Amino acid sequence: MISQLSPGERRGALVLSCLVGCAGLAMAILGRDDPLGGQGAVVMAFALACAGTVSHGYFTPAPSPASRAAYYDDPTRAGIVLAMIWAVVAMAVGDWVAWLLVAPDLTFDAGWSSFGRLRPVHTSGVIFGFGGNALIATSFYVVQRTSRARLPDQLSPWFVLIGYNLFCVLAATGYLMGITQSKEYAEPEWYADIWLVIVWVTYLLLYLRTLARRKEPHIYVSNWYFLAFILVVAVLHIVNNLAVPVSWGHAKSYSAFSGVQDAMTEWWYGHNAVAFFLTSGFLGMLYYFMPKRAGRPVFSYRLSIISFWGITFMYMWAGSHHLHYTALPQWVQTLGMTFSLMLLVPSWASATNALLTLNGAWHKVRDDATLRFMMTAAVFYGLTTFEGSFMAIRPVNSLSHYTDWTIGHVHAGALGWVALITFGAFYSIVPQLWGRRAMHSARLVEVHYWLAIAGTVVYVISMWNSGIVQGLMWRTYNDSGTLAYSFVDSLVAMHPYYTLRAIGGFMFLAGTAVGAWNIWKTMQAEAPVAALDLVDAPIHPDLQPAE
Amino acid sequence: MAVEERDPHSGYLTTGHEWNGIKELNTPVPRPVYVFLLLTALFAVVYWVLMPAWPVGRTYTKGLLGVDQRTAVTSLLRDAAADRAAWTKRIETADFAEIQADPALMQTVRDTGRTLFGDNCAACHGREAQGGRGFPTLTSQSWLWGGDPADIAETIRVGINSSHKDTRTSQMPAFGRDKLLDRQQIEAVIAYVRSLSQATASQGGTAPPIEAGREVFAGNCAPCHGEDAKGIGAGAPDLTDSFWLYGGDADSLYRTLMHGRQGHMPTWEGRLTLADRRILALYLTDMRRSTP
Ligand code: HEC
Ligand code: HEC
Repeated sequence: MISQLSPGERRGALVLSCLVGCAGLAMAILGRDDPLGGQGAVVMAFALACAGTVSHGYFTPAPSPASRAAYYDDPTRAGIVLAMIWAVVAMAVGDWVAWLLVAPDLTFDAGWSSFGRLRPVHTSGVIFGFGGNALIATSFYVVQRTSRARLPDQLSPWFVLIGYNLFCVLAATGYLMGITQSKEYAEPEWYADIWLVIVWVTYLLLYLRTLARRKEPHIYVSNWYFLAFILVVAVLHIVNNLAVPVSWGHAKSYSAFSGVQDAMTEWWYGHNAVAFFLTSGFLGMLYYFMPKRAGRPVFSYRLSIISFWGITFMYMWAGSHHLHYTALPQWVQTLGMTFSLMLLVPSWASATNALLTLNGAWHKVRDDATLRFMMTAAVFYGLTTFEGSFMAIRPVNSLSHYTDWTIGHVHAGALGWVALITFGAFYSIVPQLWGRRAMHSARLVEVHYWLAIAGTVVYVISMWNSGIVQGLMWRTYNDSGTLAYSFVDSLVAMHPYYTLRAIGGFMFLAGTAVGAWNIWKTMQAEAPVAALDLVDAPIHPDLQPAE
Repeated sequence: MAVEERDPHSGYLTTGHEWNGIKELNTPVPRPVYVFLLLTALFAVVYWVLMPAWPVGRTYTKGLLGVDQRTAVTSLLRDAAADRAAWTKRIETADFAEIQADPALMQTVRDTGRTLFGDNCAACHGREAQGGRGFPTLTSQSWLWGGDPADIAETIRVGINSSHKDTRTSQMPAFGRDKLLDRQQIEAVIAYVRSLSQATASQGGTAPPIEAGREVFAGNCAPCHGEDAKGIGAGAPDLTDSFWLYGGDADSLYRTLMHGRQGHMPTWEGRLTLADRRILALYLTDMRRSTP
């Protein structure tokens, strides 16, 4: 890793590690009477580990200039490994919290293991830890190949990847210490938020610089989506996290917004995080890896355009459907609902575009579990977006809101769509990145596929049932005009579904563990095959495009 | 140079571009996409015309239907209250005995009481009001504060050791900590108290402390727990039954006598309406009747 860096880049990496370490020291000192101090210690330890790694390879010979003639994939490799680690850990925590709802005593009487702290470790761990690392890793891979250009330098991709993981570590450890902003999916406090802004702007610039160096006349669809993901997430993150810290020595901050404005900002952020983090970014993945693996041209360029702009434009309005029947003025809810409905069309257009791309390659879907992962992801994407638009309709929402139906919906998307497309993408490139012909075991890919599907189906169906039962129990009146069930009654009714859900989650987790092991074994395999770069178009084309 | 080629499978032309081996077909957008875009847009426009929708300056378009979620919910609540008024009035004003004599009204009490109890009381008293450690059962025949509907309604209204100004107060003194009794006396009275509920404990070699305990009890405990230790309806529990608030084993009893006890039952005046509180009182009385 370090041996690939030029001496200047090594120096840069060391300086950056030291700067971050100093920031950690400052946090530790200023926040010595506050959980912030603990977070400072985490930052220092992280910076020390980075500095140690850099110094370890500091005096290795400088890389030959020839190595610059290939795509720069070290950060992608590291990103894939990190994503898989986060996946296993965060899904395990997820299954733990699922069992907590079945047997609340599983916290073992510790503060850090209470439901309220573990849940965000799970959500941030899977969305940001697993999903985010997967997006960063694959976006680096895809942008270089579809631009036929190498990343402009070797330090900034590492800064983005490692810096981003520092953010994730701060988030997870902070939750366990009890630090939270209490905004769903935006729980990390101000210092972590500021750090992410720095990392994310670097990411954006890196992406733009790579695109600017492209040797292809046109920018491929995947890059539109990746770019939308990076750009919009920056805007969302900054606006939603505007806050004033209590002091430089406190982890706690107060939001710039209050009351219903705060709720609206949060769900504008929250829903667009679903849109631009969990949809756009992963559509970028889909548009590259699916046609590539299927060996088929994308079904329709025109459909790509319509869906891209439809999704990008309409998602922006949809956030208020999270606040139906609340203090939010009704006209805002109307806009959220109607745009959510219109959004269905470009969403389905994307799913259709993906599935029709497989025309002529369905026999491969049957035989190749990797491609099947991606095909199934597209199907779940279609199902989930339909469900989402449906749930955004006010009367439907009055039944579904606050129930487990929402959890089922989210996991149809998160497991069925986001995780499956990611595994498909990983299985496509891991052999190539580690110089093998194929994954260590094709059988295990198949096992992973079926565990993932079974887990998702069990999870989603149990939560649909639970959610609808819950929703109905909460609104059933008896003859005297009183609610027929107490809240506790509905909890008792949930119990079997919670057990089922935890089992489904466990199956999915088991699949992920199988996948991680398979990837690990592939990395370890003997005798790398040389010259696998031939599967990619060369970085310096013989003919410059004429357009 | 963009070179368009015809895809042999679909018969469509590609756009002529290629990215690392990926090509795109120039397939026209399928017609249903336009149709559905149009339909959903049309629905949206119609909905905007009918409902509150777009902001204009400091106000917003109100919609032709004149719907407003706030007035809607207010009127729904008003209607619901009016529907219930028919019987809530009677619950509020009629005598408990009169209500108990009316089977139809008592059915309503049971239906409503169950949910009220589940949502407000079950967390402490248990789903079936069976009680638990530190929380009394509400189904037994012996009551700390009396088991008439009127007594129970009052307990619910003011609470026990609560923030209400008329709160019932309940204080089991810390005999050990405050040095009111010495260790021997405490052990004796424990043996005595245990003998009251456990027939077997009174036999055997422990006879003398029980006798000593009886004296300690008469001198120190009877004023609150009653001569017969069955309670006098003012907060001190019956010590002869098998239900224990804080446990009937020697250890728990020792802790009770050493450190005293002071349970806390919240006041519900201001949180539940008069009708709700009376329903709960009737519901509990009724439940006790039906438990053998
Ligand atoms: C000032 C009145 C008072 C006196 C005197 C008193 N108690 Fe109590 N005792 C109470 C009250 C009130 C409670 C219930 C406390 C609560 O639950 O908040 C109680 C509770 C208890 C309990 C717990 C019962 C259970 O179900 O767990 C025991 C045992 C007990 N008393 C024994 C004694 C003995 C023995 C004495 C004499 C040494 C004594 N008490 C003297 C008022 C008194
Ligand atoms: C926060 C816990 C808590 C909640 C909630 C609660 N209670 Fe209680 N309640 C208690 C405790 C503790 C006592 C016993 C106090 C004592 O030790 O003297 C008690 C005592 C009572 C008693 C007196 C029992 C007797 O033997 O005289 C009644 C009646 C009662 N509760 C009814 C209710 C009802 C009805 C509700 C729901 C509206 C309710 N409680 C909710 C904790 C609670």
